[in-house]
Amino acid sequence: MEEFAALIDALVFTRSRNEKLRLIAEYLRQTPDPDRGWALAALTDGLDFPAVKSSTIRKLMQERIDPLLWTLSRDFVGDTAETASLLWPQPDAPPTPPSVSETVAALSAMNRASVMSELPQLLDRLDPSGRYALLKLATGAMRVGISARLAKTAFAQAFAVPVEEVEEYWHGLAPPYEPLFAWAAKGEPPPDIASLPTFRPFMLAHPLEDSVVDLADYVAEWKWDGIRVQIVHAGDETKIFSRGGDDISATFPELLDVLDFPAVLDGELLVRGSHQGGEQGGAASFNALQQRLGRKTVSKAMLAESPAFIRLYDVLLLDGDDLRERRWTERRDQLEKLIARLPAERFDLSQIVEARDFDHLAQIREGARDDAIEGLMLKRRDSPYVAGRKTGLWYKWKRDPLLVDCVLMYAQRGSGKRSSFYSDYTFGCWDGDPEQGAELLPVGKAYSGFTDAELKKLDRHVRSNTVNRFGPVRETTRSLVFEVAFDSVHSSKRHKSGLAMRFPRIHRIRWDKPVEEADRLSALKALIRD
Amino acid sequence: MLAPFSWIRPEPWGIHVVPADCWIDPARAVDRALVTHGHADHARGGHGQTFATPETLAIMELRYQTREGAVPVAYGETVDLPGDVKATYVPAGHVLGSAQILLEHAGERVVVTGDYKRRPDPTCPPFEVTPCDVFITEATFGLPVFTHPPIAQEMAKLLDRLAAYPDACVQVGAYALGKAQRVIAELRAAGHVDPIYLHGALEKMCRLYQDFGVELGELRLVADHDKDDMRGAIVLCPPSALNDRWSRRLPDPITAMASGWMRVRQRARQRNVELPLVISDHADWGELTRTIEEVGAQENWITHGREEALLRWCQLYQKRARALALVGYEDEDD
Ligand SMILES: [Zn+2]
Ligand SMILES: [Zn+2]
Repeated sequence: MEEFAALIDALVFTRSRNEKLRLIAEYLRQTPDPDRGWALAALTDGLDFPAVKSSTIRKLMQERIDPLLWTLSRDFVGDTAETASLLWPQPDAPPTPPSVSETVAALSAMNRASVMSELPQLLDRLDPSGRYALLKLATGAMRVGISARLAKTAFAQAFAVPVEEVEEYWHGLAPPYEPLFAWAAKGEPPPDIASLPTFRPFMLAHPLEDSVVDLADYVAEWKWDGIRVQIVHAGDETKIFSRGGDDISATFPELLDVLDFPAVLDGELLVRGSHQGGEQGGAASFNALQQRLGRKTVSKAMLAESPAFIRLYDVLLLDGDDLRERRWTERRDQLEKLIARLPAERFDLSQIVEARDFDHLAQIREGARDDAIEGLMLKRRDSPYVAGRKTGLWYKWKRDPLLVDCVLMYAQRGSGKRSSFYSDYTFGCWDGDPEQGAELLPVGKAYSGFTDAELKKLDRHVRSNTVNRFGPVRETTRSLVFEVAFDSVHSSKRHKSGLAMRFPRIHRIRWDKPVEEADRLSALKALIRD
Repeated sequence: MLAPFSWIRPEPWGIHVVPADCWIDPARAVDRALVTHGHADHARGGHGQTFATPETLAIMELRYQTREGAVPVAYGETVDLPGDVKATYVPAGHVLGSAQILLEHAGERVVVTGDYKRRPDPTCPPFEVTPCDVFITEATFGLPVFTHPPIAQEMAKLLDRLAAYPDACVQVGAYALGKAQRVIAELRAAGHVDPIYLHGALEKMCRLYQDFGVELGELRLVADHDKDDMRGAIVLCPPSALNDRWSRRLPDPITAMASGWMRVRQRARQRNVELPLVISDHADWGELTRTIEEVGAQENWITHGREEALLRWCQLYQKRARALALVGYEDEDD
């Protein structure tokens, strides 16, 4: 654990991406199997120990420290695991740190009852930095700024192998990835994944920004407001992966027995409804899809009410052939053919948006606001299907965000890097005429959209305009207007305002604007389309 | 009959010793000030008279360019103040010249610690426990998460990093008064004999320390040298110069910071520190609570930092305590 803890600490304090890559690569080269595989899984959030939760740590600490001292410490440090690592009573005996593998085995064996006695035994064997690494590993939230992509790149760099291959094999394997290390570090044959329903890296798009493309070279499709998924059938099994490669098959059981030939397909997962794209489109709003996401069990009623389907964008593999090197036009042909082999209530094709020229397309996109479509995708007609974001191949051209002027009501301290700043803002709109005594009702929360310099200024504003404190939250005077950008707004019973914004972020801070001139709830309600 | 300790009165801008009409570390100019040490939040200028150790007075002279009204008080010395108040200056172990002030009046003893620490420091004499009735303590690191590691361990971290990157330099952010000189003296104690480079803002204070007999070895100014001279060297600068344009003149600097706040990862990250060195001139939680036990006062008045947690600790251990709301003390002079 010492080397792993040292790696975690070094990663926390390293800004440079290259230096991070170097640190991880060096660790992977120097650490034996299976420790390095477990460490890699931990870095990429690939481990789950259901017995250990943030609440477990809090409970353990409650047995050891006064609750107020805990709360004050936790508030200052901004992170539960770190606070516990610092407060844990240092045992008299010198630490005898367990290996990463031993730690993983011990954590896996714990259950909700035994964790209360077994986790302390591990903590007693470590120093503060080791305890931090252990608690982060156990709760599955390393937060050291390592994306899965970065870890894979580091792996590729450590053993001088192509990163695309690493990525592809990776998803077919489980921690501690011994066949992956055997292949990369020891020159053994690559893991065989052809017969496994594994995730293939997605092709992603760049924002179009202000560029203009020639429609002779690019084709346009709607960008649907669902979730991007990959459905894979191999070896008699179907799986559905989210954009990040998470297996979300269990959430959508109705899609698991409808694809019966070997294929890897890319599409948008939607639920039935008439909202998106009118009657023809047949998709419900994102709100309806939201109801189904994140549920571990799906009720019959829900399956009947909001059945899911996939609107196909692309085909990566088909009947044993890898089509990713082919042009988009060729893959599209294959896609249009294969759709006939699939049941229409579960699959349809993402239609091409026909336009005379770019200006015409821009007009069509403008009209998309009413259809609650996220925007347009522009794909180069001759582009292969390549992992990640390659410049010039695919663009996303989102519709302009909606804007509303809101008043700051509450601010909360951020976490991580922002733990000493009030960086999460709750804002509201007037429920009537503010001159006639109307009240503000909270309509959303945002913690992005401002620069570091603005954050400092906002933090100062919050501190000097506080009227109430509730733990890490401060209520402020009604004194500041935010111009808030958001993608859409939906009705919601959970909120007092009766609505919920999607992706709200601070667009501009209106230091100049009188709060009475902020928007009313009715203006926001008029934008609801459910 | 007056209530106990009514002769000493905490006001928002300082502690008022009523019968002597003098103030301890006042945040505004007064006729008579008793100053614990030279940090700017304690030693302000413009007082009629300033009672302080000779070292503190020299530091104040460096900052305010005047010795007017300076009244030197040596460690262990007792001065008689009007209103039958006696003040004795006792080492606080915080920085050069730092003192606790023991006040005696009407058979009651009050100790004002100013800032203090209990760890050894080659640049100043160690803290002395002074039993008293009222203990007015600082609480800068008054949270149980603060345990300062042994300084030798932090020096080893610094020297290891320097050895691993011989073509780079390590720039250490350290406060100009106290921290910078302690880091240098500890580096010397750890056997580091190479010249140490200084940001211009640290030079005068280092010279002052040397004039008072603190050995700091060979010091050079960054401004007098080329980039290449500083490869493999330690460079000290004020924290404000870290991540500033100033550091462009350094060869591939690794950013370090010497401060007790570095114990908390996010604090280090906020400052973009790559090598956090947990070195503090203040008492950590263990020292704060141990000291309260050792002085055994009837009452503990807590100020200057995170009073709430220390107050809670006193409550849990059945010690009388209250928090003073003094203004003007910065929470980052560490
Ligand atoms: Zn001080
Ligand atoms: Zn201070």
